[in-house]
Amino acid sequence: MEKILPIGEYIEKGINSLEQNLSFLWSAIDDGISWLVENMNDLFLAIPFVIILALIAFIAYYVKAGNKMFTLSGLKKAYGLTIFVILGLLLIYAMGYWEEAIQTTTLVIVSTIIALILGIPFGIWSAKSNTADTVIRPILDFMQTMPAFVYLIPAIFFFSVGNTPGVIATVIFSLPPSVRLTNLGIRNVPGDVIEAGRAFGANENQILYKIQLPLAMPTILAGINQVILLALSMVVIASMVGAKGLGSIVYQGIQQNDIAKGFESGLGIVVLAMILDRITQSIGSKK
Amino acid sequence: MADDNNIRIKVEDLTLIFGKRKKEALELLNQGYSKTDILKKTKCTVGVNKASFEIKKGEIFVIMGLSGSGKSTLIRCLNRLNDPTDGRVYFKEHDITRDSNKQLLDTRRTEMSMVFQKFGLLPHRTILENAAFGLEIRGEPKEQRDEKGMKALKTVGLEGYEDQYPAELSGGMQQRVGLARALANDTDVLLMDEAFSALDPLIKSDMQDELLQIQNKLHKTIVFITHDLDEAMKVGDRIAIMKDGVVEQIGTAEEILTDPATEYVEAFVEKVDRKTIITAETLMFDNPIIVRFKKDGPKAAIRKMREAGVNVLPVEDNDEKFLGYVWLEDMLKLEKEKAKTVESALNTEVPSVYKHYTVEEMLPLITGHHHPLAVVDDEGKLEGIITQTSLIIESTRFDDKEMDKLIGEANEL
Repeated sequence: MEKILPIGEYIEKGINSLEQNLSFLWSAIDDGISWLVENMNDLFLAIPFVIILALIAFIAYYVKAGNKMFTLSGLKKAYGLTIFVILGLLLIYAMGYWEEAIQTTTLVIVSTIIALILGIPFGIWSAKSNTADTVIRPILDFMQTMPAFVYLIPAIFFFSVGNTPGVIATVIFSLPPSVRLTNLGIRNVPGDVIEAGRAFGANENQILYKIQLPLAMPTILAGINQVILLALSMVVIASMVGAKGLGSIVYQGIQQNDIAKGFESGLGIVVLAMILDRITQSIGSKK
Repeated sequence: MADDNNIRIKVEDLTLIFGKRKKEALELLNQGYSKTDILKKTKCTVGVNKASFEIKKGEIFVIMGLSGSGKSTLIRCLNRLNDPTDGRVYFKEHDITRDSNKQLLDTRRTEMSMVFQKFGLLPHRTILENAAFGLEIRGEPKEQRDEKGMKALKTVGLEGYEDQYPAELSGGMQQRVGLARALANDTDVLLMDEAFSALDPLIKSDMQDELLQIQNKLHKTIVFITHDLDEAMKVGDRIAIMKDGVVEQIGTAEEILTDPATEYVEAFVEKVDRKTIITAETLMFDNPIIVRFKKDGPKAAIRKMREAGVNVLPVEDNDEKFLGYVWLEDMLKLEKEKAKTVESALNTEVPSVYKHYTVEEMLPLITGHHHPLAVVDDEGKLEGIITQTSLIIESTRFDDKEMDKLIGEANEL
């Protein structure tokens, strides 16, 4: 069939010119992200496994038990997650994928931070302005439904192979929930509370920081939880453009037809996902 | 001008129209079209229709109306939570409707605070932090606002709850926090939008009493919105009755009850328990004919009774102090006995009341005797008298004919 409207060509031309004219920007982003990922990796790997294990177990216990940490009821609430976290991390360590798990976690952390830094302000903006909401909404749909491979190609084009295109692809895929849920959370703040704020002379900033954001926080935290899980689900695809970690082992397993490798690394991702999910969810469900 | 200093809020021709074609709707309104016509022609709703009134310093001004009457819309025009389409709102001498955004925030922060029907508390903050919220918005240092917040909580009787959260308190207590938040700002004007409407009847009545007590101490200027006429009558110094965005009548509870300006107001106040509102002052006959104790003998008394067409008259001494009553039959006896004074027939064991006594308070005083009620001032001087019949008519709402019939029936028995 004949092409009447060659959109692809236009996009390609646009991307080419972006690449050539803004190359300093892309290399700066590349340098920044690579630096962050590598240093964070080195830092985590420099800490002995046992200490990280203890630290994460403590965090899990703390987010569940809260200020009842030293009481029996706190212990009752928190022991399940704590034991699960310890067993899960021991399993990953015992399978011999500790380093890869750290690499994956780093990638998830960096992507999540970037996604939140971009996503929450956009979420606030679209909550405050219906016009912004109308414009941003289809862009989010695009980011979530466009197959990841499609934007991996230009990502490599801009940043060459490595961690950076992996992070960028992960950010694109995992960012939408942070925008959507920040938007939803703020819009759901009861009108009478905001009106009370206005009646006492609160300006827009005071209303945002003293009323809307605190009241929207549980929803925003649910959004952050979603961002983390989506980021984790992107690690295998990110590994195809050179990101290191458990994803790249899965990818190797596929290429080498190695069931054992594939299953182990896959299991590692699942365990990691459950730990991150349960911990962040507990933060969200606290008062 | 001296009188003007007493006026805190002055509203002139205030109009608020909801909808997109406000200008058009306003023009139609000025041409005298009705609310329904305007809605049909422009799809705009007239929320408030040319309201004008003045609120004096230190009074509780109640705006009363059913839902949809525009009362909540109107109160929001006073601090411009709603922007009026037309008309002026003056606070003291300055015109709030022309305030810049910054001036408006200042006015809200320092001149008026508001209490809401749904409380509007911040669930993530403690009671003290909620009470001090207005001060925080104003930018006062933490120590100072905690101190003022505590003082306000004490005023509303919530001492000891400062570290709890709103969800841990009952509705009545939450509204106390709302009231404390408004009081903490120490503003001249308090806007209360159906502040007690969401509360249980008993709690509501408590809160009304408490508001009146607080008002006795603090003398704020309070604008109080309610749909409950009993509440309006109880707390209001003056009441404005609204219907369809129009202020139908403004006056004291008694003025509205005794002299309703429109049919709507009349229908509205019909259901009110008048016994608690109508006072002796309204019911009494002014300047009654009196018998002078030392000067008038039985003859003079009989003549005065015939002139007035009554069979009983009050007696005063030389200092105009009320002494009691003399009855026609006794006077006729004394006349036969050729007595010089009315002293031996004077009934002194008779009830007297002050002007502000309500019908409810006076009713028990008329049982067991036939004497009218004497209305006296602090010094015991007679100001008027109230016949038992008029008191019964007032409390039963029977008209004169029904009363005559009842009396006739009673006599036959």
